[in-house]
Amino acid sequence: MDVKMIADKLNMKVLAGKKGLGMKVEDIYACDLLSWVMARAEKASAWITIHSHVNIVAVALLAELSCIIVSEGVKVESNTLERADMEGIPVLGTTMKTHRTCIEIHNLIKREQKK
Amino acid sequence: MSNGILTLVYDIPAMDMISAGEASSNVKKKLKQLGVNPLIVKKVSISMYEAEMNAVIHANGGSATVNIGTDEIVIIIEDRGPGIENIDLAMKEGYSTASDEVRQMGFGAGMGLPNIKKNSDSLNIESEIGKGTRLEIAIKFTS
Repeated sequence: MDVKMIADKLNMKVLAGKKGLGMKVEDIYACDLLSWVMARAEKASAWITIHSHVNIVAVALLAELSCIIVSEGVKVESNTLERADMEGIPVLGTTMKTHRTCIEIHNLIKREQKK
Repeated sequence: MSNGILTLVYDIPAMDMISAGEASSNVKKKLKQLGVNPLIVKKVSISMYEAEMNAVIHANGGSATVNIGTDEIVIIIEDRGPGIENIDLAMKEGYSTASDEVRQMGFGAGMGLPNIKKNSDSLNIESEIGKGTRLEIAIKFTS
């Protein structure tokens, strides 16, 4: 499953980083402590956070994550989107709560695995 | 330290959260271009990012020097900050002196130095109150 499928199936807005929409998503990680994310998130995870400042792009790149999903309707800062475009890391936006976002992506991954 | 193949030097600006992390991102790209094992690249870039953020957040910026050798990579981060009062305490996961403002951005979880230790083969910290801190992080290619 790739990032584009998450955006399409769960009606998320692609806010930036369209170049990276083909990146594979193998896991989900939800956390707002940046060091924690770098220490614990599995590579190729979709990262769900409520942070929107530019440093989330660096964290996602360093931890080799597939995309950043900014949940709960948080507005993403413009310099974050510019950096994400530059680096080709997708930033998706959703109004879903963080836990609901996890559940929906989890269900999507399971459905895809069954196919 | 092994013979250097390449040395990279960066300036770390003080309290500049927008360009923070640029040095680590740049090193990551360079190592990828050099064909370094992806696991080592990840260890180096995460260690360096944590150290860089510490210099941005806690100190008044500083400098980063990365020596890429034949068998290891050594990262030296020097800052002009207030120094670390108690290094043992600073090494404890969860201990942080970060401001509320920085914590609201998701930093200051007290995991920076422990993360560096976890991702490196050796970590040496020298700190003097009122003068600054020097971190020397070594990561072997075989680790």
